Amino acid sequence: MNRGSAFTGLNEILQEAERLNPAGSLKLSDSIVSAIYGRAERIAQKAVSQEARPAVDWDKRLDDILTSKLFGFPSMFLLLAALFWVTVSGANYPSEVLAAVLFRGQEKLAELLAWLRVPAFVSSFLADGVYRCLAWVVSVMLPPMAIFFPCFALLEDLGYLPRVAFNLDSLFKKAGAHGKQSLTMSMGLGCNAAGVISCRIIESPRERLIAVLTNNFVPCNGRFPTLIALAGLLATGAGASAGAALIVSGMVLSGIAVTLAVSWILSKTLLKGIPSSFTLELPPYRRPQLGRVIARSVFDRILFVLRRAACVAAPAGAVIWLAANVQAGGASIMAHFAGWLDPFGRLLGMDGHIMAAFLLGLPANEIVLPVLIMSYTAAGSMLELDSFEALRQLFMAEHGWTWLTAVCMMLFSLLHYPCGTTLWTIYKETNSFKWAILSALIPLLVACLVCFAAARAARLLGWA
Amino acid sequence: MGLTRRSGGSRAMQEGFLKRQYSGADYVVALAGNPNTGKSTVFNALTGLNQHTGNWPGKTVLRAEGRYIHRGMIFKLVDLPGTYSLMANSPEEQVARDYLCFGKPDATVVVADATCLERNLNLVLQVLEITTRVVVCVNLVDEARRKKIKIDFQLLAAELGVPVVPAAARHRHGLDKLVEVVSEMAAGRITTRPVAIRYGEEIEESVRKLEPKIKKLVGEEFNSRWLALRLLDKDRAVLAALENWLAGRNSLAAGMEGVILG
Repeated sequence: MNRGSAFTGLNEILQEAERLNPAGSLKLSDSIVSAIYGRAERIAQKAVSQEARPAVDWDKRLDDILTSKLFGFPSMFLLLAALFWVTVSGANYPSEVLAAVLFRGQEKLAELLAWLRVPAFVSSFLADGVYRCLAWVVSVMLPPMAIFFPCFALLEDLGYLPRVAFNLDSLFKKAGAHGKQSLTMSMGLGCNAAGVISCRIIESPRERLIAVLTNNFVPCNGRFPTLIALAGLLATGAGASAGAALIVSGMVLSGIAVTLAVSWILSKTLLKGIPSSFTLELPPYRRPQLGRVIARSVFDRILFVLRRAACVAAPAGAVIWLAANVQAGGASIMAHFAGWLDPFGRLLGMDGHIMAAFLLGLPANEIVLPVLIMSYTAAGSMLELDSFEALRQLFMAEHGWTWLTAVCMMLFSLLHYPCGTTLWTIYKETNSFKWAILSALIPLLVACLVCFAAARAARLLGWA
Repeated sequence: MGLTRRSGGSRAMQEGFLKRQYSGADYVVALAGNPNTGKSTVFNALTGLNQHTGNWPGKTVLRAEGRYIHRGMIFKLVDLPGTYSLMANSPEEQVARDYLCFGKPDATVVVADATCLERNLNLVLQVLEITTRVVVCVNLVDEARRKKIKIDFQLLAAELGVPVVPAAARHRHGLDKLVEVVSEMAAGRITTRPVAIRYGEEIEESVRKLEPKIKKLVGEEFNSRWLALRLLDKDRAVLAALENWLAGRNSLAAGMEGVILG
């Protein structure tokens, strides 16, 4: 037996098949499909019986509201806003407790290092650099994540997410994109890298690329807490949580609007074509498995945040501390860098420190805020940052932030390039450097344009 | 969507790094089913944390494998992508179909949704065309009961010619029975009698002519009737898989010859 004879056998069979079924004249698929469907129908008729239909079909009633033309979008927005409100108001307290505990840990660490007679330079490097950045990431990131994602997972378990896709389908169609993009978009809320991978559910390569390139316009894990913290700066007084929740919802909506706009532009320019159609099944609503979903997704979030904190935030803290403390020509490297970026930052409604923080935050968006704080505090006085008040004091009072600075930073955070992991994932998924680079450049361009326009408009109108 | 578990969680980035982890399993069980039938719930309930994900070779389709132990035997559970049919219209359908034929699992569980059984039976019947070592798990019976849908499981099993296990996987109802039946099926202690679907005389005639030739080529390895139908349809994917298998067998045979001669 050799290789040749086996393939001869196969070739003979193929020739025979061609003779028996010349040019598909047997209509094989059609008769197979109809035979199988007929059989399934007969079996189901015999084995399944439906006693009197239930009086009220709750699924249908609910769908009539949640996916209707009139109430579909308002109900979606309300749910989103409610979700953020729960997150913002729920995250405040644990965030402060965590910060208090972790920053006390920093003191203890400093004491321990002093007791060990570690040189001041090294001690400061470890305590103020590595540890502080890690503590910031954990205390700022963890509570919102541990609240938002279980709630979101509950909505998913309930069967609501396919309805979101259903509602948004027509919008994506109009933008020349695929309806399933709304699903990859909601996946991006969790993590843009996961969102990019989930774009595989879109069969057509053109629409998949659109979905990949626009996935970062929904804020991920790492940018959510930044948005929440900045919204917290803007909203004060009695309805602070509700105000912050509305601001964050507004940001997410703007992200969706930009997604649609960029998708539309892409489908008219780089990626021309007509959207393909697909069938989307609306599964029945199901009572969520409360305990399991919450336990599982809280656990997942904690692991995720801690792992990112350890892998990215700690080394980043080290680098940034060095940049902020190594002096060159009378000022730190960080100050030089920030000073160099300052004119550009001002143009976009921000300042050089913020731009530097975004640039250094490329490995992971989680560290943008910690980098900024470190870059600010290293230059001036050190203070305990264990509450929103302290943050407000630092940003607003000491570094001349206005509401416009906060808004522009939120917009930039929402729209700028995705993190390094996501870019790498895009490269792996598309197998092309071109698309990976474009997926960083397009959002960057959009972010710069939007921030520039916002800053210009506000200044011209005399609002800021 | 699975934002709750693998896709959005701490394991999201491990995707693609882990290939098949366990080779030392006593039996391999494939898990098929339509989307939204609770297939993943069954998979998670059976395998717990013993799960690994990766990609199907050459495809960007998620492959999940898990393992459970029953009566001292290790069962490897392969979660096939959720599909409505096996007509190979999408990469998912092709992966599921090729695995059922060429992966030769010891048993295949098809999870069906009790609330819309007819549509789910289409997939069951298509799976039965490829392999007869099938256990049908009719899931979501609690929901069907709520909707006042009554199913005669005995009649269903008789019609299909394979065991049928009712289940409510979310509450772990029926899973013990499923595991039991699967292990009997995998060990070959259950005889199945599915009635092959007949397709018009012209097609049957062609299959009768083609089938013996295929049997001669591949022996009793695969379902020759199904292969005959697929080759009659000039299915490129099946042809490629078959060529691949033949090449593998030949190189193995060549290796053996060397041993004997040497």
